Amino acid sequence: MRRTTLDNGLTVLIQEEHTAPLASVWCWYRVGSKDEHPGITGVSHWCEHMNFKGTENIPRDQVKGLIEQYGGSWNGYTWIDQTTYLETATRDALDRMLFIEAERMARCLYHPDDCESERTVIISELQGGENDPDQLLDQELTATAFKAHTYRHPTIGWLSDLQTMTRDDLYGYYRRYYVPNNATLVIVGDVDADEALRRVDHHFRSIPPGGNPDRIRTAEPEQTGERRLTIRKEGTTAYLKVGYHAPSVEDADFYPVLALDAVLTGAKGLNLWSSFRVPPPQRSARLYRALVERGLASCVFGALMPTAQPFLYTVSATATDNTPLASVESALLDELDRVCRDGITAAELAKAKAQLRARLVFDSDSVTNIAHQLGYFETIAKVDAFLEAPSRIAAVSVDSVGAAARRLFAAANRTVGYFDPLPIG
Amino acid sequence: MPLNPVRVALPNGATLVAKHTSTTPAVAINLAIRAGSAADPAGQPGLTWLLSRVLDRGTATRSAADIAEELDSRGITLTIAVTRHLFSLVCTCLADDFEPVLALLGDIVMRPSLPDQEITARKREVITAIRQDEDNPAVRANETLMALLYPDGHPYGRPTKGSIEIVEALTRDQLIRHHAARFAPAATTAVVVGDVDSSRARDVVAQVFDGWRKPPLPEIVVPPTIAPPGRHRTVVPMMNKAQADVAYGFVAIRRRDPQYYASWLMNNVFGQYSIGGRLGDNIRERQGMAYYVSSALDANVSEGPLAIRAGVSPANVDRAIASIDQEITAIVADGITQKELDESRRYLVGSIPRALETNAAIANFLQTAEFFDLGLDYDARLPDLLGAVTLDEANAAARRILDVNCATVVIAGPYVDGPSGAEGRS
Repeated sequence: MRRTTLDNGLTVLIQEEHTAPLASVWCWYRVGSKDEHPGITGVSHWCEHMNFKGTENIPRDQVKGLIEQYGGSWNGYTWIDQTTYLETATRDALDRMLFIEAERMARCLYHPDDCESERTVIISELQGGENDPDQLLDQELTATAFKAHTYRHPTIGWLSDLQTMTRDDLYGYYRRYYVPNNATLVIVGDVDADEALRRVDHHFRSIPPGGNPDRIRTAEPEQTGERRLTIRKEGTTAYLKVGYHAPSVEDADFYPVLALDAVLTGAKGLNLWSSFRVPPPQRSARLYRALVERGLASCVFGALMPTAQPFLYTVSATATDNTPLASVESALLDELDRVCRDGITAAELAKAKAQLRARLVFDSDSVTNIAHQLGYFETIAKVDAFLEAPSRIAAVSVDSVGAAARRLFAAANRTVGYFDPLPIG
Repeated sequence: MPLNPVRVALPNGATLVAKHTSTTPAVAINLAIRAGSAADPAGQPGLTWLLSRVLDRGTATRSAADIAEELDSRGITLTIAVTRHLFSLVCTCLADDFEPVLALLGDIVMRPSLPDQEITARKREVITAIRQDEDNPAVRANETLMALLYPDGHPYGRPTKGSIEIVEALTRDQLIRHHAARFAPAATTAVVVGDVDSSRARDVVAQVFDGWRKPPLPEIVVPPTIAPPGRHRTVVPMMNKAQADVAYGFVAIRRRDPQYYASWLMNNVFGQYSIGGRLGDNIRERQGMAYYVSSALDANVSEGPLAIRAGVSPANVDRAIASIDQEITAIVADGITQKELDESRRYLVGSIPRALETNAAIANFLQTAEFFDLGLDYDARLPDLLGAVTLDEANAAARRILDVNCATVVIAGPYVDGPSGAEGRS
């Protein structure tokens, strides 16, 4: 992988992969919902939507088809630490993809009519999410676990902010954060790295750097006691979610907790873009056996995301029909107590490592997935945090997992959420 | 580069399709049996689905825990999927694990033990999943649409998971009989794509399945499909939800219909291209009414559906349906343009390398090609098949499939029909 920084501060990562006649371009910005404050929650995600609506040199009605004519796909997403845009298409589209990303960085329009039209699209997206009780519980659990840090509000934003934000809020935010010195451009595919870098320079060098964007400085105070919430709403199914403040990606505990999660619920890998589309191998995992095999839950899922600052490790379970949530919670916490008390075995660690190694292979099967990983880690930390993943996984020991479990699963670090359905009608 | 897969018919009737790639040191296995939910016996919809939940929970020589350990220790997730016509076991493993993993899958397919305690446990999960579906507007809208488009017990109209009452009553004997009746070598195709050469794949598949001998089974017969006459509108009230899901559809076309490619291209223009085609331009981009709106053409052995789906605020349901009506009226009356046809064609042809980038995607493509008998060179011929479609053919496909006066429309969500929208045929 080649790493370069342009004079304007743009970080460029290029990796040649000649396995298919394709290229994937991702442009990452260090801005996500943690950079928002009350009044403009959801602005990062809304800006992402606006940045597909034409630029000074790409008329609004010509956006459609720019990548499709190369058989390509495009997309974008926003989360707590990052906003990113991608195109994957045949390699001859490389110059077109770079042109689009340079335009997106510097010359988006934010036409007032488009801002209004997108307001209702995003509110529709929010309401669609509220239709899902598990997603609703996740949102409420996160808001309860964090009382100060801006990880507490949902990336899509609170409804009242979406209803009242103005075009100037959006455009001002775009101009502050969409500067080359706050971005990473990633190219992976059937390209010549020297030529690709020349084309990057051609498209991006004239974009001036901006100031260093403001960052919210609030850190989450240590949690001093268990927190609980219960959503009582009409529904058919009961959901349990338990969250613990977890290590950030650069914390020494991160990889031990990743292995711990593999022991508890099966390894997910590290790719937010692809890992979670395939369920983990988990039939022999501790919580699967304790909850699903005992008939208390129909499924259980653990999630540790690589994040810039300490986020949450969550375990989610869907109660089987007529099973009280308290029974699911009790069985779950018993297992977590057991791992704190007795740690894990060498055989469990060996299996967890084998799973994680396999997931790293499986998640590197396309230029799109490879490019995602390089940009994701460079944005939340440094790309080295990803490149070193195999050695950091190998270095995890039974003792380091046990110690990490005891720190993580302290009762005072816990937030418990119930979705307890009321009868419909 | 064309895929050029190798196809081998084994002496017992099973089929292997293999393709060597070296992108990653991994192998995708897609093992499909022609035993999808269309084969559910009368009165037992959901039997195949329950079988799919229990099949990998024990064999003659392995307990459920043994199987779990064999898979988990290699980092493998085995997904068992049920479509209308196929029962599929799909996984990706490291290349070094290919032989033991295929042996395990073969054991699961040929010699499942279907233990009683596993059936009881898995039934509980299926019932919970059915309860979740009951609270999901998108699922309710889609299942209601399919039931209306394919009435009277047609296999395409039945819910794949069945109902709670039926699932509770299913027995181990029924599962054993169904497995015996529908699983056979001649109904089985193993697709192997990845870092294993074709001759080794052939040897391993032959070794695993060689001892499996059963006479060929009769094909699953799907009754004729008759498009419902007139326009039909149904509301599934779900007042505990924030947003409504609209499912709007038609009985469309068979996969082997000569007009399939014209229909595919037409649908791409109508509800796929870029961000939802013409539908997306109108309902999302111009009116800002929906986060998602698109149409999907699911051509199958019998006439599959063309279904339009949108998630909209309850206040916008009527306007969204009127907009879909408007787009259908326009495409039927005026047709698509040559420019639109060319753009969609260029996109679909250009997307083939991307669609066939990963082992799992290639395996799925080859399994589909085998099922519909599209030929080993289907990937190479596909550009010409799309290239041959004329504007007249695409517009004829629109007129054949789309008709606002014969649409079936389902709304599931926090919506109550107003005085102008009486339920039932209108």
